[in-house]
Amino acid sequence: MAVETAAAEGEGGLVFHPMDQFIVEPLFGDGPVHWYTITNATLWMALAVVAVVALMVLATSRRATIPSRGQSIAEMAYGFVYKMVEDVAGKDAVGFFPYVMTLFMFIVFANFLGLIPMSFTTTSHFAVTVVLALAVFLTVTIYGFMKNGTKFLGLFWVSSAPLALRPILAIIEIISYFVRPVSHSIRLAGNVMAGHAVIKVFAGFAAIAVISPVSVVAITAMYGLEVLVAFIQAYVFTILTCVYLKDALHPGH
Amino acid sequence: MATEQADGLAEASGSTPGMPQLNFDHWGNQIFWLIVALVAIYFILSRVALPRIGAVLAERAGTITNDVAAAEDLKQKAVEAEAAYEKALADARVEAGRIVASAKAEIQADLDAATAKADAEISAKAAEGEKAIAEIRANAVKNIEVVAKDTAAAVIANLGFNADDAAVDKAVATRMKG
Repeated sequence: MAVETAAAEGEGGLVFHPMDQFIVEPLFGDGPVHWYTITNATLWMALAVVAVVALMVLATSRRATIPSRGQSIAEMAYGFVYKMVEDVAGKDAVGFFPYVMTLFMFIVFANFLGLIPMSFTTTSHFAVTVVLALAVFLTVTIYGFMKNGTKFLGLFWVSSAPLALRPILAIIEIISYFVRPVSHSIRLAGNVMAGHAVIKVFAGFAAIAVISPVSVVAITAMYGLEVLVAFIQAYVFTILTCVYLKDALHPGH
Repeated sequence: MATEQADGLAEASGSTPGMPQLNFDHWGNQIFWLIVALVAIYFILSRVALPRIGAVLAERAGTITNDVAAAEDLKQKAVEAEAAYEKALADARVEAGRIVASAKAEIQADLDAATAKADAEISAKAAEGEKAIAEIRANAVKNIEVVAKDTAAAVIANLGFNADDAAVDKAVATRMKG
């Protein structure tokens, strides 16, 4: 990015700061960012919580048998995630449903709130996605050992493969197991960050009158794509969580 | 990427190019507030929202099941009602047939009686008529006899003979028979 910016500035005074939108800064004042400082990240996480409350609590407050629009959406979200947990992780995984639902609702709202112009996208930060992914990883690992004991290690011992291949497969399985939180977190943050940065780059080009129509069309197209990405990445994160939970509940292949 | 990372790490909290994501000075802040947000969402969902929505969905499923059962019940009742109606209709048809047959028989009886009576009346009238005709005929013969006797007596008188009543009667009677 630094190279790009420099090159663009060299061309004709264009200013590209595609990554500035991700800077964490204090919301009030100008001081240093401590762990407790209320920052723009705090604000947009709080807004995600508010959005979740608005949809899942306020919209369903009437408990109508014939649902209103908001209640319908809340019920659809409930059914969507519940079915995902049940189908992918298994019927005995429904105890994890509130946890999976929490992840899904937070990510989906953080992604969509991040699409509001001038907003801050919390899910574009590795700090956030790494915590989410590590939480899933630790849950799966700890629960897997608690429930299955040493049988959980059967996850790495492919008993259906020929005996000679099993040690090699075990190494591959172990590596892939520990790569899970990395890919799980970088996939989400990377997708969201890349889309937002690309939009910003196109927006930078809009300063040139000749290119600006193309730029506006490109931004619009990218925005549409980002709306899709916002949902799909939340979905992917959630379904992978379910897949990993299935390993904790039913290790072995 | 490597240089950017170095930038991000080197220039802590700076707004210079680089990835703010890799500025680890801000990680503590984000992680803290993320955990606060997640815990808040978890409690809101698990304590309030999810039980509520689950209850609403279960209630709706119950209502739908009940309504379907009620509809099935009503359908059964409708089928029964239709069967009862069909039976009533068939009974009514049979009854109607019976009534028609009895009415027909009654009418036939009436008709027969009326016919018989009419026949009797007709034959009585015919007998009466015949009797009248016979009477008329008898009278006519008698009148003819009288006329014939008178005429014979007159013819005899005109011929200058003395008419003997008894001889005339006898002659006329003989002629009439002949």
